[in-house]
Amino acid sequence: MSNAVSALDGKTSAGDVTIREDGLRGMISLRGDLGLAKLRSVCTGLTGVDFPKQGQAASTGHQGLAWMSPDEVLVMVPHDAVPDALTKIAKALQGQHHLAVDVSDARAVLIMEGAFCREVIAKLAPVDLHPDAFGPGDFRRSRLGQIAAAFWMRDAACIEVVCFRSVADYAFDLLAAAANGGPVGHFPNS
Amino acid sequence: MLILHCPNCGRDVDETDLHSGGEAHLKRFGPGSSDQEFEDYLFMRENPKGVHFERWHHSFGCGKWFLAARCTNTLEVFGTYSAQTLEPPKEILDRITAARPGWSWGALK
Repeated sequence: MSNAVSALDGKTSAGDVTIREDGLRGMISLRGDLGLAKLRSVCTGLTGVDFPKQGQAASTGHQGLAWMSPDEVLVMVPHDAVPDALTKIAKALQGQHHLAVDVSDARAVLIMEGAFCREVIAKLAPVDLHPDAFGPGDFRRSRLGQIAAAFWMRDAACIEVVCFRSVADYAFDLLAAAANGGPVGHFPNS
Repeated sequence: MLILHCPNCGRDVDETDLHSGGEAHLKRFGPGSSDQEFEDYLFMRENPKGVHFERWHHSFGCGKWFLAARCTNTLEVFGTYSAQTLEPPKEILDRITAARPGWSWGALK
C-alpha cells in the first residue's frame, strides 16, 4: 500500500486564531433517503454522534456527521476505518436505493481555534455568522473567497472547515491571512 | 445583491452562492410538436421588467434547484418554492397581487 499523506501534512498557522490542517480524515459521501431508520442508525453507529437535523453537523475527534443536502449526509470516520465503514453501510442498506462513496482523498480538513474564529469566516464567506444566526452545531456549505467549502462550529471558539484537497493550500492561506488581520469586533462577545 | 431562501436546505443564501437557471415553468415541446412551438420553447422568453419567475441552482451549497418569484425592477423577492411544481404556490401569487396589483406573467396573473 502507498503511504497516504494529507494535503498540507499537518501545516499550522500560529496567532490569536490558530489554523491547522487536521491530517487524514475518512469521509464517506452517503446519498439516500435520510428519513430511513436503517440509514440513520448505521450512520450514528459508525460515528457515535446524533444524526444531524437539516443544516446541522456534529463531530467528535475524527468522527462526525454533516447534513449536506436533503438526500446526502457526510459520514466522517478515522481514515483507516473507511473500508470497514463502507462494508457496514452496504450491509445495512442492502436492497435500498443509496450511494456510498469514499471521498477521503478528495478532501482536506482545516481546524480553526480562537476567540474570533467566527469573524475569520465572516470575512470570507457570504454567510450570516452572527451568534444568533450561526452557532455550535450549525453547518453550512458555501464558499470561502473563490472556492467551495463547508464549515461548522464545534464550539464557540472552534470552527472546522472542509474543502477540496486540490485547493487546500489556497484555503489555508486565505484563512491565515484573514486571521492575521485581527478581529473586526462586529459581533458581540467575539 | 440578492438574498434568496433555499427551500431545500432552509438557509438564506447570497446570490454569489447560486447560479441562475433562467426562466421557470417552461413547457417542453419536443418531437411531434410544430416548428413554431419548438422555436417558442427554445427561444421565446418573457424577459419582463417587473414580476418574474426564475430557476436558481444552489451550486455552492446543497446542489439542488429551486424556483424564485421576484421583481427584476426593484429586486424585491416575493418568495421561493420547490422546483418540483408546475405553477407557483397560491400564497406567493397572493403576495405578488398584494404588492403589484394588475401584474401578469405569461399565462399567470
